[in-house]
Amino acid sequence: MVISIASGKGGTGKTSLSVALAQALSGRVMLIDCDVEEPNCHLFFTDRPDYRVLEERAVSHPVPEIVSDLCTGCGACSNFCRFNAIVALGSSTPLVFTELCHGCGGCAFICPEHAIMEIAEPIGTIIRGSFGEDKTLVTGKLTVGGVLTPPIIKEARKSHNSSYDLTLIDAPPGTSCSFVTSVRKSDYLLFVTEPTPFGLHDLQLAVEAAKDLALPFGVVVNKAAETENCITKYCREADIPLLLQIREQRVIAEFYSQGKSMIEASPGLKEELIELVSTIMKSVNREAV
Amino acid sequence: MREIVMISGKGGTGKTSLTAAFSKLADSSMVADCDVDAADLHLLLKPISGAAVPFFAGEVASIDNELCRQCGKCAEACRFEAITADAEGFSIDPVLCEGCGVCSAVCPSEAVAMRSCECGSWSVSEIDSSAMVHARLYPGAENSGKLVTVVRKEAKRVCEERDAEWLLVDGPPGIGCPVIASVTGSDGVVIITEPTRSGKHDLTRILKLVSHFRIPALVVINKADINKDVAGEIEELAGAYQAEIAGKIIYSPLFFQALSMGQTIVEFAPETLPAQSVRAIWQEIENYFQPSPYLDEAFS
Amino acid sequence: MIIAAAAAGADPELIVDSRFGRAPLFLVYDTENERYSQIENTQQLESAQGAGIQSAQHIAESGASVLICRHCGPKAFKVLKAAGVAVCTVGNIPVSKSVAAYIEGNLEPLEEADVEGHWI
Repeated sequence: MVISIASGKGGTGKTSLSVALAQALSGRVMLIDCDVEEPNCHLFFTDRPDYRVLEERAVSHPVPEIVSDLCTGCGACSNFCRFNAIVALGSSTPLVFTELCHGCGGCAFICPEHAIMEIAEPIGTIIRGSFGEDKTLVTGKLTVGGVLTPPIIKEARKSHNSSYDLTLIDAPPGTSCSFVTSVRKSDYLLFVTEPTPFGLHDLQLAVEAAKDLALPFGVVVNKAAETENCITKYCREADIPLLLQIREQRVIAEFYSQGKSMIEASPGLKEELIELVSTIMKSVNREAV
Repeated sequence: MREIVMISGKGGTGKTSLTAAFSKLADSSMVADCDVDAADLHLLLKPISGAAVPFFAGEVASIDNELCRQCGKCAEACRFEAITADAEGFSIDPVLCEGCGVCSAVCPSEAVAMRSCECGSWSVSEIDSSAMVHARLYPGAENSGKLVTVVRKEAKRVCEERDAEWLLVDGPPGIGCPVIASVTGSDGVVIITEPTRSGKHDLTRILKLVSHFRIPALVVINKADINKDVAGEIEELAGAYQAEIAGKIIYSPLFFQALSMGQTIVEFAPETLPAQSVRAIWQEIENYFQPSPYLDEAFS
Repeated sequence: MIIAAAAAGADPELIVDSRFGRAPLFLVYDTENERYSQIENTQQLESAQGAGIQSAQHIAESGASVLICRHCGPKAFKVLKAAGVAVCTVGNIPVSKSVAAYIEGNLEPLEEADVEGHWI
């Protein structure tokens, strides 16, 4: 089963919760960090003695390389490209701006002389590590200054397979295409929010996105000062499952600042998180881990 | 006019709350909300919304089922898994479609058309004696930075019309295109960070980005007392990139309380220590990015 | 010789446009007949990125040997250089004065882009 953890708003505790869930559950668990612009999950593991990096590999995507001997300077590639990644310059070989290329292969297809090859251009990295008894952390990372996040997210997600009892996806904040690429086709979407006007507003945007994606979803409230708050009210009125409220505790913030997880700060949380996953699993009609 | 962009790398460090507070402290300012994926600034500034202008970026393919002969060449050629077959024939998922046009090119029946994609909207709205430009990117849209660019362009135009001294930009989180689009060509950035391992990690990435674009930067450490050790490391890190520390703010429940009342900290609890810190930081920002007659000459 | 300049409008007395990729048009001065003509700077309006590249292409196709603008980013510069078009930057002066300055030999061509890439 695949559970994606997302939030409309950044900083609500999405990564904290993803990490805590991965640590709390027993069995073969995978955590995939799809927040490739600013991946943070690994910060909770790299200092621990039980964490080992198993593999680090580059992610590339195909960009055009023009074979000058075959090129007649017709400009068909440049006319076709919708991303301004190829510029025709009269009779000389067109210029390629690989940083604008989306890797669609259209230029290679359209070239009447078959003068365009596709080569792999590195755009990010995937790091696979192990922790706990039988758990895996996969981190997707965009190269600083990079343009395209979806290819890295897709590559990171490929790490999942059915041998895992549970795969958790830490999605990027917001609802744009990076979010969609991270969460689509997962079995459940868990939104983490905070009981503030920003948290509520962004949750409403995120719920809209979840409905567009036709994924079952539920809400966790983080940093809750009171049991009744703007999020509980909204969830009740909109008939959205509110699965858990995590109380605001300064100790959690302090532990977080040191790269230590919620569970280490508040051990009682472990049982609540196991219960949370069990509830989710029941609601998607699967056996509990 | 000075354009200053508030960014954070990591989300949730207090960027939007501080942008709103600065706009209340500045004598003459305008605001642009460039966090188009999850725009929140209007919740604090409560603008009277102007008309929404539709925003177009990229194209989307669509299949004319009457012309389609169901050969499946489009689905085979599409590298973005945007074309699927169902009982009614082939269809294109507009969220997954990159707008590359390959399907249209390979189709032997000319059944695939490319259309402009309306993927958001923006407006110029009034706040008190000032104005705000903000936008909304629809869910699933590609966040290329183009909408951010439109918001900034409109904000600069209005700023010039109204002769505002400061254009305060609430920037997006992350380090990708939207952030690049929000900071390039600006007069400076203020990076709001927090003394956590995640905050420091993300600060490094954002400092690299900002220094690559040669933009002067100030750093604000929010929730500074959460971890004094990491706060110290952040000061060193900022120094290594020639970014000065504009100030520090202690972790305080007053921020949440102010936010719940729809107010900035400087309106909600003006005499408290956090509010004083925010005022001092704004003073630093004003002094640091003050228009200099020498600088202006050098650039003309 | 053909000299192109990024322009805000059709009148050569207007200041050289502060934008390059998104300038509304280019004014093109032909030193032989001492006349201005225009190149519309229309791009695929939906383009998210690469406007400077497209503008540079327009300039290259116009036969201009020099482009006058306020700033030139790295991608546009790369295109212009490959096409053999020199790039000169000026401040807040009218197109006509910038053209005169170039003809008098008072403008130095850039060796490289003078600003980083951006999306404006």
